[in-house]
Amino acid sequence: MPLKLQPPRHQTSPNLAQPFPWQAYLLMLPAVGIVGLLFGGGLVLALLQSVGAIGLLGSQISLTAYQAALTNPEFLRSLTLSLYIAVVATGLSTVLSVGLALLLRTAGRWASFACQITLPIPHLVGIAGVLLLLSPSGFISRSLYALGLIQSDQDFPLLVNDAGNIGVLLHFLWKEIPFITLILLAVLRSINPAYEMQAQILGATPWQRFWNVTLPMMRTGILSSSLIVFGYIFASFEVPFLLGSTRPRTLPVLVYRAFTDSDIARRAEAIALGIILSILSLLIIVAYSWLVSRGRQNRQPIKGA
Amino acid sequence: MLRKGLIVLVIVVLFLPFLPLVIWSFAQGWFFPQLIPDQWTLQHWSQLVSPASRVIEGLLQSLAIALITTILSLLVGLPAGRAIGVMEFPGKEALKLFLLTPIIVSPLATLMGIQFVLIRLGLNGTLLGVILVHLMPTIPYMTLVLTSVFANYDIRYETQARSLGASPVQVLSQVTLPLIAPGIVVGALFAFLISWNEFLLTFFVGAGRVFTLPMVLFTLLQGGNNGLVAAVAITSVVPGLLFLLLASKALGNDTALGGLGNV
Repeated sequence: MPLKLQPPRHQTSPNLAQPFPWQAYLLMLPAVGIVGLLFGGGLVLALLQSVGAIGLLGSQISLTAYQAALTNPEFLRSLTLSLYIAVVATGLSTVLSVGLALLLRTAGRWASFACQITLPIPHLVGIAGVLLLLSPSGFISRSLYALGLIQSDQDFPLLVNDAGNIGVLLHFLWKEIPFITLILLAVLRSINPAYEMQAQILGATPWQRFWNVTLPMMRTGILSSSLIVFGYIFASFEVPFLLGSTRPRTLPVLVYRAFTDSDIARRAEAIALGIILSILSLLIIVAYSWLVSRGRQNRQPIKGA
Repeated sequence: MLRKGLIVLVIVVLFLPFLPLVIWSFAQGWFFPQLIPDQWTLQHWSQLVSPASRVIEGLLQSLAIALITTILSLLVGLPAGRAIGVMEFPGKEALKLFLLTPIIVSPLATLMGIQFVLIRLGLNGTLLGVILVHLMPTIPYMTLVLTSVFANYDIRYETQARSLGASPVQVLSQVTLPLIAPGIVVGALFAFLISWNEFLLTFFVGAGRVFTLPMVLFTLLQGGNNGLVAAVAITSVVPGLLFLLLASKALGNDTALGGLGNV
């Protein structure tokens, strides 16, 4: 029979430091071991392949694969495109999610639930929906025609497989805003409302209250969720592959193309490109943990959740 | 009033892409500029059950992979979440950051490395190989959620139960598990959804032989059969939506979700 007790919420960990830290390491071992073996091991093997230490084409160690990757005329354009999509999509979804979370904070449960609707939807389903909605013969184009606003599908702006990658950005906004909002709502609900009330009593305008009180308390939640989203979008393959511009292509699509090239010699270049992609993402984590630790030094810790 | 209006607008926009999907799945020859198809049909839906479309096969494979992945990551994530949430030990922050890497860093290079080994082990193109790589993103999510739940969990309930004579198994089944149940549900929801929705990992390691529902949809999206695309897309939404509905009560548990807001 389950106990009906609810543990009290603690501002700091109530649990005493364990005298035997080896127990903690033992508990961590399966998770860290599997992730390390698969992810770390995979990365090391990829690295060895990219320098030619192991692989299909003999074992002559060289950096030609990296040279080929970096001198690939498409590399810089692809990197710029990937960064553009990740920065714009993450930035817009973060800002809009903060707004939506504040809107939903006082709304009923049904509204919050309805705003989570895209959370369980596979990206490929979203891609199908966006294609059938936004393509020149899509539903919006048909609606505009029915309203007499356009005369043919030629008049409808290109929003999928377009140079500006509008379709890709809209898809990510549609999918990631509910994800960030869900996390921010949880953070908002765990904030002690006394701080905001106090600010109001002291004469802060609603904007001042938001900017100086609420937003700083949401800081960790915003940074965490936008980090996850940025990493995801930067590494995403199927969305830019199906909805994005055909040239330039994002970095993951470029890697895939090189990897599946009929010329097997390009495989090493693909792996080198993949390694560069991984290093760039790792740099993002480093920058993030630097931002977070700087935040911790600057202010009194306010526990979000 | 403005607040209500804005929320309704957001909900309408979020639901908008489903509208053409639903219409297409019943439409017969829906040509531009028709706003609504002239003729309706059930043929796309009946095509789903025919073996040629490989939808049933994909559905079953996806379900098997997602369920096994979820259970395995739960088994691994529970002890890890407990260690990070309850205990203090040197290197905790570093290990937490390390567990985060598979959900931030692009898996492409790693996949090409893993493929190298899986081919030699004969696991490339097998369900087991696909489940293994699905663990890369699901274990971190599971651990993050459970860490947060354990951080707000009072271990003294266990001490109390022990001192009243409960066996370790009784403590686990009657004290620990009921108290962290919402976290388990939210963690399982995320793990299931990630595995269910995963395309790239399956694509690389499945080698065309493991044909999950996302693989079916990806292949169809490169063709031109909008009706079948729509029917398959709607089908792939159902399990995740059901799981979300079942977990909706646990999703109200801020502690479990807070884990993703404090990585």
